[in-house]
Amino acid sequence: MALSQNEVLAGLAELVNAETGIDAATVEMSKSFQNDLDIDSISMMTIVVNAEEKFGVKIPDEEVGNLITVADAVNFITNAQG
Amino acid sequence: MSNINLNQYETTKFSKIYSLGAARGDLVVTNDEIAGPIDSSDEWIRQRTGIITRRRAGKDQSLMDMSVTAAKEAIAGAGIDPKEIGAVIFSTISHPYQTPSAATMLAELIGASPAPAFDISAACAGYCYGIAQADAMVRSGMAKYVLVVGAEKLSDFIDPTDRSISFLLGDAAGAAIVGVSDTPGIAPTVWGSDGSHWSAVSMTNSLLELRDGTAAWPTVRQDGQTVFRWAVWEMAKVAHQALDAAGIKAEDLSALVTHQANIRIIDEMVKQLKLPESVAVARDIVNTGNTSAASVPLAMHQLLKEGSVKSGGLALQIGFGAGLAFAAQVVVLP
Repeated sequence: MALSQNEVLAGLAELVNAETGIDAATVEMSKSFQNDLDIDSISMMTIVVNAEEKFGVKIPDEEVGNLITVADAVNFITNAQG
Repeated sequence: MSNINLNQYETTKFSKIYSLGAARGDLVVTNDEIAGPIDSSDEWIRQRTGIITRRRAGKDQSLMDMSVTAAKEAIAGAGIDPKEIGAVIFSTISHPYQTPSAATMLAELIGASPAPAFDISAACAGYCYGIAQADAMVRSGMAKYVLVVGAEKLSDFIDPTDRSISFLLGDAAGAAIVGVSDTPGIAPTVWGSDGSHWSAVSMTNSLLELRDGTAAWPTVRQDGQTVFRWAVWEMAKVAHQALDAAGIKAEDLSALVTHQANIRIIDEMVKQLKLPESVAVARDIVNTGNTSAASVPLAMHQLLKEGSVKSGGLALQIGFGAGLAFAAQVVVLP
């Protein structure tokens, strides 16, 4: 069964925490991965690959550059769950 | 119809790496020296790549100078006469002539002529491609000893303002002698390519565009995120396949020697492979930088030199890069 937006956000926040040590509570929808959370491109790709596995979705390389904010990623994953 | 009696090579069962040689660029280049044009800092470069210094060759030190030094060390280590070398395989992307090859010049300079000599273009996978070919040539009976060289003077092909890869790159040469053995020394190679990502690591433009004045001097660039994903998660699968092909488990290894592309790739691959702590992991990139075809032999040479591993142990070596091309094999450390 597809997860809700809030469930995806919570799962994504766990992945961000595991990769970077950032407190999961600070991973909010409006935050920018790069500018607010200080996540570099390599950590971002690690989070993307782990998200693919966790949520059973495919996030193509060319899509990763469009995931600017946490909301971008949550929405993409939520929709990709189909 | 009469029976045709045709001679073919007499095969031999096993091959091994006898010895290694290494030569690094004479110059030690710090992050501070190159940070300006990419609007960066020592801390930023260390954090994202693990590199503290990279070795580069000055104007007076050529690709061939480094290659001769590395090759001579390997030949001396093997205790053979250069005339016994049955083939010279030279992997490079920075030999500045389309033809003739770097290999024939090297063969002449080290006294291996008239051995067959040729270059291969498999970028950062090139040395492991060369070991695969040398292994096959030795076991087929085609050559008793093969000299494999991976060498680059990448500083001739960098753009100081490029933030994708130039600041990682260094200059060096690594060499190995592969030869006949009484015991197995080189396990089956798992190798391949993925041309669907042909442009993921590439030159900025072709020489024809340079000739026509439509582009500048070509330099190396990459799509970092695409390469990172491929290098870690796809190459972890290849590494597992190489272990399976060798018939061993990760805990049987003494060392993991990956292409020294970026410390983040190395660390993430170690995580994916769930390597036990007993396995020494080559991190030569920290002081040498990314030297493409030279990085695997250089890193293995360094592990042996500093005593982190012993001769006779097993190492998984894996090269991956532009092409995309990859090759991995388990070898007995020389």
